[in-house]
Amino acid sequence: MSKSSPTFSKGGIHPRESKELTEHLPIEAMQPPEEVDILLLQHFGSPCRVLVDKKATVIEGETIGVVDAGLGASVHSSVSGTVKSIGASPHPVRVEAPSVTIRRDPQAEPRVFTPSEWEHLSPEELLGKIRNAGLVGLGGAGFPTHLKLSPPPGTRLDKLILNAAECEPYLNCDNRTMIEFPHEILTGARIILRILGMKECHIGIENNKQEAIWVLSRAAAESTAPDCKISVNPLMVKYPQGSEKQLIQTITGRRVPYPGLPFDVGVMVINVGTAKTIYDAVVLGKPLYERVVTISGRAIARPANLMVRIGTRLSDIVTFLGGTSDNLARIVVGGPMMGFSIPTTDLPVMKTTSGVLFLSDDEIDSRPHGPCIRCGKCVEVCSMGLSPNEVGIYVEAGRARDTAQFGVFECFECGACAFVCPAKRPLVQFTRLAKAKARK
Amino acid sequence: MIPPAWSVSISPHLKSTESVEKIMWTVVACLIPSLILSVFVFGLRALIIAAISTASCVAVEAATQKLLKRPVTVRDGSAVITGLLLAFCIPPGVPLWMPIPGAIMAIYVAKHLLGGIGFNIFNPALIGRAFLVATFPVAMTSAWLAPIHDAAVFGSLGGIDAVSTATPLYVLKHYGMNAVIERFGAPSTLYWDFFVGWRPGCIGETSALLLTLGGLYLMLRRYISWHIPVATVLSVGFFSWVFGGEKLFTGDPVLAVLSGGVILGAFFMATDYVTSPNGNAAKLVFGAGVGALTVLIRLKGGYPEGVCYAILLMNPLSPALEGWFKPKRFAPPKGATT
Repeated sequence: MSKSSPTFSKGGIHPRESKELTEHLPIEAMQPPEEVDILLLQHFGSPCRVLVDKKATVIEGETIGVVDAGLGASVHSSVSGTVKSIGASPHPVRVEAPSVTIRRDPQAEPRVFTPSEWEHLSPEELLGKIRNAGLVGLGGAGFPTHLKLSPPPGTRLDKLILNAAECEPYLNCDNRTMIEFPHEILTGARIILRILGMKECHIGIENNKQEAIWVLSRAAAESTAPDCKISVNPLMVKYPQGSEKQLIQTITGRRVPYPGLPFDVGVMVINVGTAKTIYDAVVLGKPLYERVVTISGRAIARPANLMVRIGTRLSDIVTFLGGTSDNLARIVVGGPMMGFSIPTTDLPVMKTTSGVLFLSDDEIDSRPHGPCIRCGKCVEVCSMGLSPNEVGIYVEAGRARDTAQFGVFECFECGACAFVCPAKRPLVQFTRLAKAKARK
Repeated sequence: MIPPAWSVSISPHLKSTESVEKIMWTVVACLIPSLILSVFVFGLRALIIAAISTASCVAVEAATQKLLKRPVTVRDGSAVITGLLLAFCIPPGVPLWMPIPGAIMAIYVAKHLLGGIGFNIFNPALIGRAFLVATFPVAMTSAWLAPIHDAAVFGSLGGIDAVSTATPLYVLKHYGMNAVIERFGAPSTLYWDFFVGWRPGCIGETSALLLTLGGLYLMLRRYISWHIPVATVLSVGFFSWVFGGEKLFTGDPVLAVLSGGVILGAFFMATDYVTSPNGNAAKLVFGAGVGALTVLIRLKGGYPEGVCYAILLMNPLSPALEGWFKPKRFAPPKGATT
């Protein structure tokens, strides 16, 4: 089956999937921790302005930070309790970011959300609910969802794509969400179609998620929505199938030229997990304060797919899952191909935390790199048709400034080149350096 | 108990299990069958020369890297490949010390003085051979041994005193096709003997069969692609067919491919990562160029064999070929040059 399924036209790799560690584990709600650290900066853009004071009482789902100007989304308390302090917490990219620490009140009742009708709401009202719920894309970059669903006036869109490729090894948060919440995802998709005035939705799923494909296909067939067409598109398993440009080309045949965005070719791509949170926000009125996180790797005692409150410290998750083994070598937030390795488990879970991987020393490769032997493997696997080998050689020769000719800005740092490099060259690092220097 | 700080690294955190060492030692393994066969064709002498060549390449590499205060990387197997390939393209009847100056030229000058692995412009083993041909032309072009046909293998350490002979290409160049048949057998047995490796020639170049099997294994492992070997072989065959006979289109393409170092060069020398281009189109042109130059040298040049110089002439064109055939970008900005 995988041979006949479509995929993107150029390059790609097949890293060891390691999905089997968690793919059959149902989503498990983790007991909320005693304290949470809610980061006021969950993504790129502006940090939130704090709405609460120290010692204030907050309830689960209460808005505690808003963005006044610029790019951002509001944040909510993920537990009921009192504000212990307003300070700073470790951040995977920025090292440190402002945060609110809330101590949970063990007596507080969990909040219950009940569904309500949404079909009569206008697109503006729907967008308002999404904005108030603080939704951001759960796939990685965390772009605020209400902004993404407000394309510039005059934009013509004809296809919505739900990105369910989940091509990163290890991760299963999208997979489990699809298996357990297919109707919520389909309703989320219909809400997006309504907001954007579109009729056609494709859910792109890699072929290694047969159960999700089956469950969603059946749910889509049962769906009686007359005004739209939602189809499930099985895709060949190949990294980086979940990259926006590669996914769009696979499903529609259209290419998004640099520096354009998907709506330039009439397409909107939304992560499948985000569609579920759109259902939560619109139908249940529930803000984004918890999410599914795949905790995996061969150095964690018990891998799991956890429903975790935003702000839960990774150290609490490690304790909950029985600790780590002695051969733990690397902790990665996100997938192993594009995630960030972190030096501390004091880091809190963010809205964009799709996974936390505890990798053992036999899962990673820390051999030192050597000179480029020009085997050309990186060129073969680059799905953007670039020449990572040349970029690396230029950077090492002190000529990073001259790398724009190789199209470095088109590189989205999927890491396929560095994965295959037999000389173990840090090609992603070279490319980042090249971008920084060539931009000036 | 979790220690306070973990080491960090740049993504991707997963790497393939391939490495330069693995690739190089696999290539070495693919050359070994041809080396073993050469012992049965030319006697133990072939093995001794290969051992001296390999040992001197490794020694020269270690000494050079110590001298230049670079990390010693002889374990990566690349000097072993150079040593084997150098031995594979010198005649079995040469004095036993002959590979040593070749190794110095190949490793010290052609490899490390040009920047070390990854930066050399020319194939080091072929520079070694070219140096030996220029310096010791008589030995390098006449120290051929006739194939041994029975169990006399282990008694034939005598070497230079053994029967001296001429290579099929030499005979073809100076006496024509009829002389080749007279000397090496009727076409029916001649092709088979040449294919298996029972013919005079350089130590490791004679067995098209074993070299092809080694090359196919490298393709199976995806260490090399088919483009350069196929283009080289087809190009040698085509141009030999067109220009190699007494009249146009009467040459013998099969004999041309099976003699000399075409198969060895096509699979193991022209495919050297560092000195050949990336990109399928560039590889096809590179291979076609190697083939055309080989036939040109064989037919019009002073030497009966031309694979070595053909590859050396194409090597410096690799960067230009890559420039002409850049990879097609997936979705570049409008108006981008590629």
